[in-house]
Amino acid sequence: MTRFLFLFALLFSAPVMAQNALPASPYAHQQLDDPVQEEKARSLMEELRCLKCQSQSIADSDAPMAGDMRSQVRERIAAGATPEEVRSWLIERYGDWVTYNPPVNAITWPLWIAPGVLLIFAIWLARGLFRRRKTNQKDAS
Amino acid sequence: MIAEAGLIALWLAASMAFLQFALCTIGLVKGQDEFFAAIRPVAIAQGVLVALSFLLLVWLFVRSDMSVKLVVANSVAIKPLIYKISGAWGNHEGSMLLWVAIMGLAGACIGIFERNLKTKTLVTTLGAQAFISIGFYAYLLIASNPFERIFPVPADGQGLNPLLQDIGLALHPPTLYIGYVGLSIAFSFAVGAMITRDVGPEFAKAMRPWVLGAWVFLTLGITAGSYWAYYELGWGGWWFWDPVENASLMPWLAATALLHSVTVLATRDGLRAWTLMLAVVAFSMSMIGTFLVRSGVLTSVHAFAVDPERGSFILALLAIYIGGAMALFALRVGTVKEGSQFEPVSREGALVANNLLLSAILGIVFIGTLYPLVVEGFSDEMISVGPPYFNLATGPLALILVAIMAAGPLLRWRRDQAKALLNRISIPVFLTAAALFALVIFTTSMSVLPLLGLALAAGIAVASFAPLWKRNLRRTPMHVYGMVLAHFGVAVALVGMASETSFTEEKLVAATPGDEIMVNNWKIKFQAIEPVAGPNWTALEARVTAQYEDEAIHEIAPQNRMFASAQMQTSEAALLTRWNGQLYVVLGDSDEQGRWQLRVWWKPFVTLIWYGGVLIALGGLLAMIGRLRRAVRQKQQRAYAEAVI
Repeated sequence: MTRFLFLFALLFSAPVMAQNALPASPYAHQQLDDPVQEEKARSLMEELRCLKCQSQSIADSDAPMAGDMRSQVRERIAAGATPEEVRSWLIERYGDWVTYNPPVNAITWPLWIAPGVLLIFAIWLARGLFRRRKTNQKDAS
Repeated sequence: MIAEAGLIALWLAASMAFLQFALCTIGLVKGQDEFFAAIRPVAIAQGVLVALSFLLLVWLFVRSDMSVKLVVANSVAIKPLIYKISGAWGNHEGSMLLWVAIMGLAGACIGIFERNLKTKTLVTTLGAQAFISIGFYAYLLIASNPFERIFPVPADGQGLNPLLQDIGLALHPPTLYIGYVGLSIAFSFAVGAMITRDVGPEFAKAMRPWVLGAWVFLTLGITAGSYWAYYELGWGGWWFWDPVENASLMPWLAATALLHSVTVLATRDGLRAWTLMLAVVAFSMSMIGTFLVRSGVLTSVHAFAVDPERGSFILALLAIYIGGAMALFALRVGTVKEGSQFEPVSREGALVANNLLLSAILGIVFIGTLYPLVVEGFSDEMISVGPPYFNLATGPLALILVAIMAAGPLLRWRRDQAKALLNRISIPVFLTAAALFALVIFTTSMSVLPLLGLALAAGIAVASFAPLWKRNLRRTPMHVYGMVLAHFGVAVALVGMASETSFTEEKLVAATPGDEIMVNNWKIKFQAIEPVAGPNWTALEARVTAQYEDEAIHEIAPQNRMFASAQMQTSEAALLTRWNGQLYVVLGDSDEQGRWQLRVWWKPFVTLIWYGGVLIALGGLLAMIGRLRRAVRQKQQRAYAEAVI
């Protein structure tokens, strides 16, 4: 009888065991209690790519994997990790592809200097335009 | 039969385009004007034929003719009529046919209405237009025939992507395409002017309404697309810096620059080469945008056509057109004189700054969008470039740009005094400083860009009306009102963007019926979950009541829809709009305990983003009508004067 009861109990505990085998993501759709931490997690999630989706951040995706990642981010932030630590941990696992804020390195440096170069070029173009005008005017007079 | 008729019309239209191009080339080479006389009627015939072809495709979709492959892949018999119609262009082949149809109609419009341009420039313009169209006809007829039949005929179609079954997205592609095609006309004008060496105010005045019109449609298209992403994707984001969004933003940036430089050319006969360059760039950006979206080189929420073979076809077209235009520009730019001159502190000076900043922003968006593709193509690495990069790189430039936008219209043409300008904008400057001060004191933890944006918006909102100061309001030309409205729209949109970014409040909860949630001053009560059914979907609907402070209680119903045809789930957000913002409620999945996820946002002043966009477009429309009316009046006066003499 006891053996039967034990088996019966085991039968009902099966779903629980299944849940233990596949860790649930408690914070996929739940905010952290501390608003400061939640804000940190929120801004980080907006900068992380949902790997299963197309051009969406994990902050705005319905994909289960995005939910798991959100939960991971929130749990780590709650445990006291800084957003940058969480980001580097994710980059280690998934590569640079995961962050919308590309790190500065041998591959991405042209991307990061591009705005400066463009701006300097624009200023140079404008200066040339005006200076030529002035000399033109002198020539004309 | 209808499909075959459509295909025949398309072939005929293509041959008309070829004829149009041939007439123009032969006429130009041989210098025989009799060839030119036929160009207008041929252009009109081409427009009519291609429009007919497109209407026949729409008719096939309306009839749900399941013997046509495209209809099968993108439609289903049980679907509201409007989405049957929009299904005609909610796919790859149909949207390309729509593009070329609009292009043909625009060519016909030039043939009918354009009377001011020199014959030679007009002919060259229509020839260039035909040359572009030929590429697209070839693409449709060779690589993606929209009228292809399917055998055996299936019982029903596969349906349109549920996300696209929305009125906003039904109208979004045609609006953008009209904008793109408008830019193609500006481009044809530029090519025509370069070939005939006829670059001056007359050319600028002929081109300007097309640029303005294209710009109005692009503005509306981007605004509508942004609002669609906001309410349909269910996460409340209005701009993702997604490559497909960037693909529509880039032509808009170029068109905005072009629209300002063409004014300098029309009014002051300055910036000739620069304006030609911008016309080439603007259309190149439309082509690149189409390439990015249609080739499958990006895989994103918007890219619903994935086929690299077609990509190579479009890439080849791109190389021919853009490369050709750039080569022509390089050949002819030496012979185009820069035109009349001006001092740095002048209306022209401000417009040059506007152009350079817009071009720099365009460059950044371009590099940021394509860089990941280049990295992926040339190395094993994969990188993502998104909001953090774009906001940081373009944000400061955009703020400088809007500050110049406030000052520019208050400057005189040719030369002005910096001191006099400071006098004129003292009130807006003071307002900006006051707003900045107030925001720093009364708000906490606003990030720098939204903070400066909001403060600047206060000043710009007032400064944009300054051009009307001390003017006789009844005699002020309509295009000035247009400018005022458009600039004011920028301030309005800026307020919306900054406050949405800074002041949004979010609550994510797992709730059971009866639970109450507080967000900002809203009391939200989850009443019940009920099943509902629509024409082609079933849904779970949450009954939710929302009350702002002690005001009336509103009932809203966010849904979770299942589309039978696509096996796809979409969430329909429930929006509640107040004058000071929008409440945004989304129903998610249920968990094991029978609780439902609810996402609730309060987004203060978020609607101003799109009201701003609409104001900007309206301003462009007023300017266009004003310019056209003035052109007609001047023509009448000239005719009258000639008659008197």
